[in-house]
Amino acid sequence: MAEQTSTANAWPANSAATDLIPPGRKRLGWALMIAATLVLLATIVMQILYKTEVDTIGFYTWRPVVYAYVLWGVALGAWQVLTRGEDGQRALFLLPALLFTVAMVIFPTLFGFYIALTDWNLSSFAGRRFNGLDNFWQMLADPYYRNALFNMVLYVLAVLVEYVIAFGLALLLNAQIRARKFFRVVFLLPLMLSPVAVSWMVGKSLMEYRFGPASTLARHLGWDNPAFFSDPIIARISIMVLDAWTFIPFMMIMLLAGLQAMSREVIEAARVDGATTWQTFWQVTFPLMLPVSVTAVILRIIFKLKLADIIITVTSGGPGGATDSVSSFIYREYRDRSNVGYGTMLAMVYLIIIVVFVTWLLKLASRFVRNVN
Amino acid sequence: MSVQTTEYTVSDIRSPAAFLASRVFIYGALVFWSFICLFPIYWTITTSFKSAVDVTQGHLIPFVDFRPDWKGWRSLGLSPDSIFQTSTVRDEFLKRFMNSVITSVGASSLAIIIGSLAAYGLTRYRYKFAWFKNEDISFFFLSQLILPPVVLALPFLVLYREVALLDTRIGLVLLYTLMVLPIVIWIMRDQFNSIPVELEEAALVDGLSIWGAFFRIVMPIALPGMVAAFILAMVLCWNEYFFAALLTSTDAKTIPVMVASQTGSQGINWWSMAALATAAIAPLAIIGIALERYLIMGMTAGSVK
Repeated sequence: MAEQTSTANAWPANSAATDLIPPGRKRLGWALMIAATLVLLATIVMQILYKTEVDTIGFYTWRPVVYAYVLWGVALGAWQVLTRGEDGQRALFLLPALLFTVAMVIFPTLFGFYIALTDWNLSSFAGRRFNGLDNFWQMLADPYYRNALFNMVLYVLAVLVEYVIAFGLALLLNAQIRARKFFRVVFLLPLMLSPVAVSWMVGKSLMEYRFGPASTLARHLGWDNPAFFSDPIIARISIMVLDAWTFIPFMMIMLLAGLQAMSREVIEAARVDGATTWQTFWQVTFPLMLPVSVTAVILRIIFKLKLADIIITVTSGGPGGATDSVSSFIYREYRDRSNVGYGTMLAMVYLIIIVVFVTWLLKLASRFVRNVN
Repeated sequence: MSVQTTEYTVSDIRSPAAFLASRVFIYGALVFWSFICLFPIYWTITTSFKSAVDVTQGHLIPFVDFRPDWKGWRSLGLSPDSIFQTSTVRDEFLKRFMNSVITSVGASSLAIIIGSLAAYGLTRYRYKFAWFKNEDISFFFLSQLILPPVVLALPFLVLYREVALLDTRIGLVLLYTLMVLPIVIWIMRDQFNSIPVELEEAALVDGLSIWGAFFRIVMPIALPGMVAAFILAMVLCWNEYFFAALLTSTDAKTIPVMVASQTGSQGINWWSMAALATAAIAPLAIIGIALERYLIMGMTAGSVK
């Protein structure tokens, strides 16, 4: 841990504090830290030896390593406080979240990159077998994965339609209406419902082919054969609609907050100058709302990239993989063949694509907002 | 949310006809969208009281179209006449329900605790871990948001098997905490930024330690933000399906997994599915409606400057 300096708002008595710590306390801190590190290392080494059958002393599972890590984390905190006084106490604010995230993300992701290079069927006894880039070549030849990636592009594009609807709803809620709070709660309701329950409620019963109310309505409107999930294109649209239904409120609320934070004088001024409602919207409201809009759309895209549960429960990727998102495809790939290696390779490639895409998106967005304003 | 009056300003009233038309359009649109939001919920709740004939004939309005019956709720063991009898389905349901409650409350609490501490540290002090400064650490936390569950799911499946956390509630709690932590940090950072530093300086002068100032002075002020973050985290955890479907099998299965598994197995049993879906969405819908203010506060944190 490197040195910390306090914020510009000078805190009383901070620089002198480190010097006042008695050497005994410092020694205790170091002793604790070294002991905990040794325990952690010893546990890991012992487990590795046991698992590789070099040794017979060890535990059946790796759980003691988890306990040793927690212990090590506690010792790390104590060491900070004991040796560095107030600066250590400050570090203590950040340490739990940092240790937790590092343990839960960095290690599994690195481990994931390793699994991606193996042929590992969890249900067979053969165990894992390192097979280099075989999974990668298999992936390049996999038409279903390409299809799933293509679907993600479509699903992400659907966000723009959702954005238009959400903006419209936000404008409605921001208009001078009665019972605003009631409408706001009602419009927000779909967001609180579990997507899995929604997929049953809407996808499997409302859109049911024979007697779902949505199908009945579609028949009345002149669509003879309202099968929402058997034609690839219509099935994709149905999935988008379902997902939009649950997530439009999310964007709506952010946009509404943006609208309410806008000063009314600007709009009034435009009105006084003789602008029509239409002109006011495009030349005043919309540009002013751009930063909020960009945030809302980007957050929504990030959530969209995780889309899985609705597809898994409504169509399980069907018809013929047409509606698969990457996540639902990998889920089925694992469920059907329990091959962790190939699934992880797909997931890791997806991660890299997402990171590149989102980084590009953020760059683009910041430039876009700057140019317009 | 600021309170706005419903008085009409002069500029809104061009001509009576145009004004009336705009009113009709606005309220028409509001009612139409309310219908879209509410109808699926209405349909689910009424279906749980329907018999098979009523479902297939598309009856919609209770007492007019069909005679409500406790059928769906009886199959769950939750109807008035079956509630005192033993029911394996009810036991199963309650077990899943408790799993959902424990995992979502546990994960949200853990995320609030470590997330608030980290957010507080990041807004008040300058850190430097090796070459990582405050901005980098914040970015590290927030960037977890883009990590799709599918990337972690399979490695965790293998790791959890090794550390014997597969199909345990603790395992789910840890993953859900990870999932909501970036959102909690995002909201709490916004909260702490809005609290003036002078308050803590005064507390320190009065002899409180850093942690004392945090617990006694800052925490009470930031409480609404914490509630907001907690509610939002609860919604996300309660509705989570992907991890739960992959990492649990018998003991730690949550409500969404139970709902999903019912649709697959024995065809669709309309009334009991409807009752189950209603029971799965009801707790959060009620909490959400009651604490809607906080939910909105959480979602809009940091987005509007």
